[in-house]
Amino acid sequence: MLRLIGKRLVGALPSVIGVLIVTFLLTRALPGDPAAFFAGPAATPQAIEEVRRALGLDKTLPEQFVVYLKDLSQGNLGNSIATGQPVLTEIRTRLPASLELTLYGLLVSVLIAVPLGVLAATRPGSWIDHLCRVMTTAGVSLPAFFTGLLLVYVLYYRLGWAPAPLGRLDIFYSAPTSVTGLYTIDALLEGNGEVFRAACAQLLLPVTALAIFTLAPLARMTRAAMLEVLGSDFIRTARASGLPKGKIVYAYAFRNAMLPVVTTLGMVFSFLLGANVLVEKVFSWPGIGTFAIEALISSDYAPIQGFVLTMALLYVALNLAIDILYIVIDPRVGFES
Amino acid sequence: MSQLSMHRRVFLFASSAMIAVAAFATTPALAQSRQETLLVLVENGPNSLDIHGVGTSFRSYVAAWNMYDRLVTFGRKALPDGTMTYDYSKIEPELAESYSVAPDGASITFKLRKDAKFHDGTPVTAKDVKWSYDRAVSVGGFPTFQMAAGSLTKPEQFVAVDDYTFRVDLPKKDKLSLPDMAVVVPAIFNSTLAKKNATEKDPWAMEWMKTNSAAGGAYKLDKWTPGQEITFNRNDDWKGGPLPKIKRVIIREVPSSGNRRALMERGDADISVDMPQKDAAEILAEKGSGKYLVVGVPIENSLKYIGMVTTQKPFDNVKVRQAVAHVVPYEQIYKSAIYGRGIPMAMGPADAPKDASWPQPFPYKTDLAKAKQLLTEAGYPDGFETTISIDLGDATASEPEAVLLQEALGKIGIKATIEKIPGANFRNAMLQKNRPIHIASFGGWLNFPDYYFFWGYHGQNAVFNTMAYKDAKMDALIDASRYETDPAKYQQQVMGFIKMAMDEAPRIPLYQQILDVGMQKNIKGYTYWFHRQLDFRQIEKL
Amino acid sequence: MSETLKHIRYVLTENPVTLFAFSLFGFILFCALFGPYLAPYDPLATNGAATLKPPSAQHWFGTDALGRDIFSRVLVATRLDLGIAFFSVVLTFAIGALAGIAAGFFGGWVDRVVGRLADTIMAFPLFVLAMGIVAALGNTVGNIVLATAIINTPLYARVARAEANIRRNAGFVEAARLSGNGEGRILLLQILPNIMPILMVQCSLTMGYAILNAAGLSFIGLGIAPPTPEWGILVAEGAAYMISGEWWVALFPGLALMTAVFCFNLLGDGLRDIVDPRRRT
Repeated sequence: MLRLIGKRLVGALPSVIGVLIVTFLLTRALPGDPAAFFAGPAATPQAIEEVRRALGLDKTLPEQFVVYLKDLSQGNLGNSIATGQPVLTEIRTRLPASLELTLYGLLVSVLIAVPLGVLAATRPGSWIDHLCRVMTTAGVSLPAFFTGLLLVYVLYYRLGWAPAPLGRLDIFYSAPTSVTGLYTIDALLEGNGEVFRAACAQLLLPVTALAIFTLAPLARMTRAAMLEVLGSDFIRTARASGLPKGKIVYAYAFRNAMLPVVTTLGMVFSFLLGANVLVEKVFSWPGIGTFAIEALISSDYAPIQGFVLTMALLYVALNLAIDILYIVIDPRVGFES
Repeated sequence: MSQLSMHRRVFLFASSAMIAVAAFATTPALAQSRQETLLVLVENGPNSLDIHGVGTSFRSYVAAWNMYDRLVTFGRKALPDGTMTYDYSKIEPELAESYSVAPDGASITFKLRKDAKFHDGTPVTAKDVKWSYDRAVSVGGFPTFQMAAGSLTKPEQFVAVDDYTFRVDLPKKDKLSLPDMAVVVPAIFNSTLAKKNATEKDPWAMEWMKTNSAAGGAYKLDKWTPGQEITFNRNDDWKGGPLPKIKRVIIREVPSSGNRRALMERGDADISVDMPQKDAAEILAEKGSGKYLVVGVPIENSLKYIGMVTTQKPFDNVKVRQAVAHVVPYEQIYKSAIYGRGIPMAMGPADAPKDASWPQPFPYKTDLAKAKQLLTEAGYPDGFETTISIDLGDATASEPEAVLLQEALGKIGIKATIEKIPGANFRNAMLQKNRPIHIASFGGWLNFPDYYFFWGYHGQNAVFNTMAYKDAKMDALIDASRYETDPAKYQQQVMGFIKMAMDEAPRIPLYQQILDVGMQKNIKGYTYWFHRQLDFRQIEKL
Repeated sequence: MSETLKHIRYVLTENPVTLFAFSLFGFILFCALFGPYLAPYDPLATNGAATLKPPSAQHWFGTDALGRDIFSRVLVATRLDLGIAFFSVVLTFAIGALAGIAAGFFGGWVDRVVGRLADTIMAFPLFVLAMGIVAALGNTVGNIVLATAIINTPLYARVARAEANIRRNAGFVEAARLSGNGEGRILLLQILPNIMPILMVQCSLTMGYAILNAAGLSFIGLGIAPPTPEWGILVAEGAAYMISGEWWVALFPGLALMTAVFCFNLLGDGLRDIVDPRRRT
C-alpha cells in the first residue's frame, strides 16, 4: 500500500509541473501590467520601467520561470499586491476558512443526497423518484451566488433569523486558538461552546447555499449507479436466491454503486473549492477563493500562482484518497503499472 | 461491520448534526456593549499600513490618517446644510504647536509640541519629523510625487534645528507647500522604532512598515487581517487634539453592496462608506424618516468625465470631439446612471466660463442635429467604429453611462463596443493612451484649478491626462498660473485654460462626484475630508 | 426507426417528468430560434421615462435601471445562452468522451497520456481556470465556450475511462471480438453505446453547468460585454437591486436561467431512458 502511495505521488508530479507551467503562462497572458500598478498613480514611463526591472518583469519568460521556480524551492510564493502580504501567509490563514465551508457543505450534501438517491433508485418511476429528481435538479439549476443572495435577503434581511453575513464569526467574538484552523473544531477543542455556536451560525447560510447546489450531482450519480447495479446480473441472482431486499440493496448494491459516487464526490469537492468563491464573495467569507478571484481581476501574479499550486497539491492528495477508497470499495480496480 | 449499520449510523449522525446546527443558529445575546465601538463597512479595505508604501491603495489612507499625526492639519467648517467639512483655507497645528512663514516665503519653521509621544512612549522630536520627510521624498512613487506638488523634493530642505524646532526651506514661495504638509503623505513616523526594523537593503523599513505601525496618532492599530478587517483602539495619551469619543473602531470589508445595505437597514453596522448612488438617493428621498441617514458632500476638484484620445483618428479632430459632446445624453445619465447623486457639469451657459470657479458646467447640451452636422463637417458623415472603455471596479455607475453613451452614439452613426477593464488594470490601460473613448474620473487633493489642469490637461502627459492632450498654449497658461501671485492675472489665466478645455473638448465632464456616507441616526460629528476616508476623531455615538 | 419512436413514446408516457422536460426543451428551443422576432421591445433600447418599473401589462417582467424591457432581454438572451451551452458541450463531448473511452479501452500509453492531461486540467481549481482563460484571452462568446469546454473535458474523460475500463473484457466485448470485430469497431459500436447512459447524464449536467459557468463569470465581471443581454449578466446586475426592493430585475432572468438549466438536467435523465439499450428490450 505504501509503495502504491509513493508511486502515485511520483506519478502526480508531471500534472503538478504541468499546472505550474500553464498557470505561469496564463498569468503572463493576463492583460494587466503589475509594474504600472506598483509604480503608483502619477508614475512616468521611466519610473514604470524601473519598477519593471526591480520586479524582474523585464526578463524573458523562461528566465522569469526559472526565478519563480527558484523562489518556489525556497518556499517563497511571492507577495500579493492587493493585501501586501506574503502569499504563503495569506493561503495559510485563508485555506482553513474555505475548507471549513466546503467540507460542511459537502457533508450536509452527502447526508441528504446519498439516501435520497438510494431511495429514488429503489423505487424508480414512483412519485418519490420524481420528487427527488425535481428537487435536487431545481437546486443545482440556481447559481450558488443567487441562492446565497436570496438566503441573505430572506433569512437575514427580512426575517432576521440568520446572523449578519459578515464572515466566519460575529464581530464581537474573537477567533478560537488556531489548531486546525477550522473555527468549529478549534472552538470545541477549546471547550468554548459560545464561539462554536457563533461559528455554526455564520456557517449556516453559506453551507446551505453550497449544499443545495451540490445535492443534484451526488443524488443523481447515486441513483444512476444504484439503478445500474440493481439491474445487473448478480443482483438478479441474489434476488432469485431469495435474499432479503434490504440486504440486497444495502449490502450488495450500495457497496458496488459507491464507486462512481466516490468519483463524483471527489470531483464535486475539487469543483467546490474553486467554485465556492462566488458564495464566499456574497458572504464576505475570508476564503482562498475570494483571494484568487481578486488577484485574477487585478493581474496579481503571485497569489494566482500560489492559489493554483495549493489547489493542485490538494487535488493530488484528494485523488490519492479516492484511489485508496476505490481499492477498499472495489478490489477489481487495481493500479495499472 | 455490515453496510446496513454503517449506513444507518451515517443517517443518524446526519439528523443529529442538522438538529445541532439548527439549535445553535440563534444569535446569542452579545454581552459586550457596542456603545463604545464603531462598526464601519467598506467595500475593500487597506492593502498596506504604510502611506509611503509601493502600491498603497487609497483605501489605506484611513489607517494612515487616523494612526499617524502630521505637523499641521486642516480646520473644519459647517456647510450650509450643517454637514461638517474640512476647511481648506485654515491650517491648524497638530504635532506642531505653532508655525511661522518667513517674510519672503522661502522657509517655514515649526515649533513641536513637547508633550507628544509615539504609541510606544518615545517622545516625538524634530529628528523624527526630518526622518519622515526625508523618507517621503526619497522612496519614490506616489509619496514623492505628492511632496513635490508642494515644492518639497530634497532631504536638504528639511532641517531639525533642535529637538523641538523643525524648518522647511523652499526654493521659492509656493502657495501649495503648507497645505501639502497637511495631506496624508507627510505623516510623522517614530524613527527610532523604524530604524530598528530597517535593514541595509531596506533603510526606510518599507517591508516592516507595510504591516506594522510606528505611529503616534489618535488611534492605535489593534489588529489587521488583510482582506477582512482592521481594528483600532483609541490612544488615550494623544495630545494632538481633544480626546476622541469613540474607544474602538472596527472596519469590516463587505464586498456585496446589497449586504452592506441590509446590514445598515437592520442596524447591525454604524457607518457604510461605499454607498452606491442608488442606495444613497433612496435613503435621502426618505428625508430622515427611514432607518438610517446619508450624508453627501460633493468631492472637491473631482470630475467624472468622458475622455477621447486626441493623438489618434478620429478623435484628433476637434469637431469629432465636439460632436460627441453634443451627443452625450446628459439628462438621462444624471437620472438613470447616478440617480441624481452628482452635480451636473454640462448644459451650462453658452458663454461660459464667466468666472474662474472650478469645476463649472461646460456649455454642451444634447443636440443630435448639431452633432450630426459637426461629424459631417469633420468628414465622417457615416460615422465610424470605436470602443468605450470603462473601469470594472466602477461599473455600478460607469456601465449604465457607457450603455447610454453607446446608444446615443449609434444615433449619429458611431458604432461603439464597450470594453470593461478590471480595476487594477484600468490605470495601466489609461497609461497606454490608446483607449479611444473612456469613462474615468480624476480628482485632485489640493483644491486649485491649476492643480487639476496640471495633472489632467498639461502636455507633461501625466497618467491622468488620459486623452494624451497636448497644446502649447494650454501648457503655458497652466504653468503661468501655478506660481502667479497677482489674483487678477491668476483669474485671467484660469479662465483662459478653462475656456480652452471647453472649446477643445478632449474631455467631456459629466458631473462632480458626491461622497455619500450612510450612518445610523445616533452617529454625530461626521466630517468630510479631502482624502474621502473617515476621520474617527470627530465621530460620536449617542 | 418506428421501433425507436415507439420506445420514445413509451418512455415519455411512462415518465411525466421527462415529458415535461421535453416540452420545456421544445419551448426553450422555440424561444432561442424565434425570440428576437417575438420580443415586444428592442432589448437594447433604453427609456429614461420608464426606469425600474415593476411588471405590468406593457412590461411583463418590468424594466431595468435604464428602462429596458426585461421580458425582451430575457427572451432574446435565450439564443446566446443556449448557443454557449450547446457548443461547449459538443466540444467537450467530442474531445473528452472519445479520449476517455480510448484510454479505458486500450489502456497502456493512451491511457497514460489521456490520464495525465485530464489530471493536469482537473488539478486546477476549475472555475478559476475558466476565469483565467477568459481573463487572458478576452471576454468574448468564443472564449467563454472554450473555457467551459476545457474545464468540463476531464469530467467526461474520467467517467468514460472508468466505465470503458470495467467493460474492456466484459462478456459482450469478448463475444464481439470472437466474432471477428476489430478493436476500433468494438470501441465505437459496443463500448460507446454501452456507456452512453452514464455519459448522457454527464452531458445533461454539463449543458446546465455551461450556463451556470457563464453566469458565474458574469457575476465576477468577466462575462459577455454589455449591453448584450445574457441571463447570467442580467441576474448579476439585478442582484444589486434585491435589497432595495426591485426584485423583478434579478428574479425573471434568474427564473429563465433556472428553467433552462433545470430543463437540461431533467432532460439528461430522460435521454438516459431513451438511449439505454437495456431498457429498450
